[in-house]
Amino acid sequence: MFDFEMLFMIGLKVLFALLMIGAVMTMAGYSVLAERKVSAWMQGRVGPNRTVLPLVGYVPFAGKFLKGMGMFQPLADGLKFLFKEEIIPGHVNKFYYNLAPIVALVPALTTMTVLPFGEFFADNGESFPLMLANLEVGILFILAVSSLGVYGIVLAGWSSNSKYPFLGGIRSSAQMISYELAMGLSLLPIFLWVSEPGTGAMGLSLVDIVDSQKQSPWLLLVQPLSALIFLIALFAETNRLPFDMPESETDLVGGFHTEYGGFKFGIFFVAEYAHIVVGSAIFTIVFLGGWHFMPWMSDPWPATWIGSLIGVGWFLAKTIFLIFFFIWIRWTLPRFRYDQVMNLGWTKLLPLALINLIFYVCLVTWLDQPPA
Amino acid sequence: MNTVDLLFYFFATLSVGGGLLMVISRHPVSAAMFMIISLVSVAALFVLLESFFLAILQVLVYAGAVMVLFLFIIMLLDVGPEGGKVSRVKMLSGLASCLSVGILVILLLQFSGIGDASLSNWKAIQSTESVTGDSLVFSTSLKNFGYGLFTKYMLPLQVAGFLLLAAMVGVIVLSKKSTPDLDA
Repeated sequence: MFDFEMLFMIGLKVLFALLMIGAVMTMAGYSVLAERKVSAWMQGRVGPNRTVLPLVGYVPFAGKFLKGMGMFQPLADGLKFLFKEEIIPGHVNKFYYNLAPIVALVPALTTMTVLPFGEFFADNGESFPLMLANLEVGILFILAVSSLGVYGIVLAGWSSNSKYPFLGGIRSSAQMISYELAMGLSLLPIFLWVSEPGTGAMGLSLVDIVDSQKQSPWLLLVQPLSALIFLIALFAETNRLPFDMPESETDLVGGFHTEYGGFKFGIFFVAEYAHIVVGSAIFTIVFLGGWHFMPWMSDPWPATWIGSLIGVGWFLAKTIFLIFFFIWIRWTLPRFRYDQVMNLGWTKLLPLALINLIFYVCLVTWLDQPPA
Repeated sequence: MNTVDLLFYFFATLSVGGGLLMVISRHPVSAAMFMIISLVSVAALFVLLESFFLAILQVLVYAGAVMVLFLFIIMLLDVGPEGGKVSRVKMLSGLASCLSVGILVILLLQFSGIGDASLSNWKAIQSTESVTGDSLVFSTSLKNFGYGLFTKYMLPLQVAGFLLLAAMVGVIVLSKKSTPDLDA
């Protein structure tokens, strides 16, 4: 009959997955708020400061503070998207028009399965990474699944059957295909460096990368050029300004989601921010030491459950700083022209990534040669 | 029948069904979508074999490839969301599909020994040496893939790379039409 232990394990995994989705979706929602608040701050405005739950506004000090910070704004935005009338324009292909937002959201949420976000200390002093699935090829999984996200955008652009979304979809696919190469190439030297003989790191595991940065310099300091190329490619892959070609308002109205409204538009919006959250987490893991304290220093917190909690908090702090960095760049730099984006990707970033790779191949070979 | 078997039948059905629907669907974009469903289910079958690396490569390589195919459909065939033109060479494509199905059936019968299990060419793996032939470790781990590719299978790897390079050079030569007035 039924294997109850198996069912229990599956149930537990599903629960963990739901918790993780909840955490990332909450972060995505609050990234939208952060976007509005930070942009307001940079432009000398106040930003969202009116939304408040009933009664909470009357709580002395805290209520006023939460209201001023706009802490309830994501809730109001979500409800607004949910209750808006769903309009489907008459000229679209209905099936693909409805499918596209889902196809855009699913990869953004799937990549988080292999993200390690902390470590758990057992009673006997062993530590285990906190993550949903410890894949040996974690980073490849993320690259593969996030490359599926472009289907959502292209399908949206094509099924809308109108000029602006179509251009947005085509631009997006070209941009993603171009920058994926540079992104993959910028990560290769990292794995060369981490998997040197004698370290025990075997494959492309994200946990091994974090462990290699324990009490040793962050990989950002070891390989600044790889980090720079990866960061630029990450901006391009998440369609953030200065690379937001698929949705640039000035020449494409709204880009691939021009014909979308209500909840379906909201899903695209959330998918974009979920991409940013996951991308920031990956950058933290690969280049900023993950949940370890500071370069060259051992973790100052004890190896107990308190230590695990502080580690997760430290990881979140780094990730949130990177999200802030994304927003900061968006409201600072102007948008590229489309040919400039392609030019940068193919003639600057890709050769640079190749040179970087060859340099580190030579360096690692030289460092690893056995003493004569 | 345990969970893994159920998952196997689910994804096997999905991959074969997706392949079939890809061939018979009228709409080129639907065909491309069915193709990606079929390829992703094959990746899921690799996951059930605990060969995560192959599964991920399957998605990574074919997702990009089908994306390019998709753009080809949209840009070259000029397919709007209402649907595209139906292929005019029905006779030829029918013949081609009959031929390939025929070859597939004959090969399957041949290899399975036509009902006689003792004549079958499909044999269970007895030892790991019988698969790799020499000291290469038989496993699904990434390091062994790399080790095998860069030692025993170095020549095939280089030849495949050279073929791809030749194709790339060919495409560049063909697509770059010489414009005499600009060259001058």
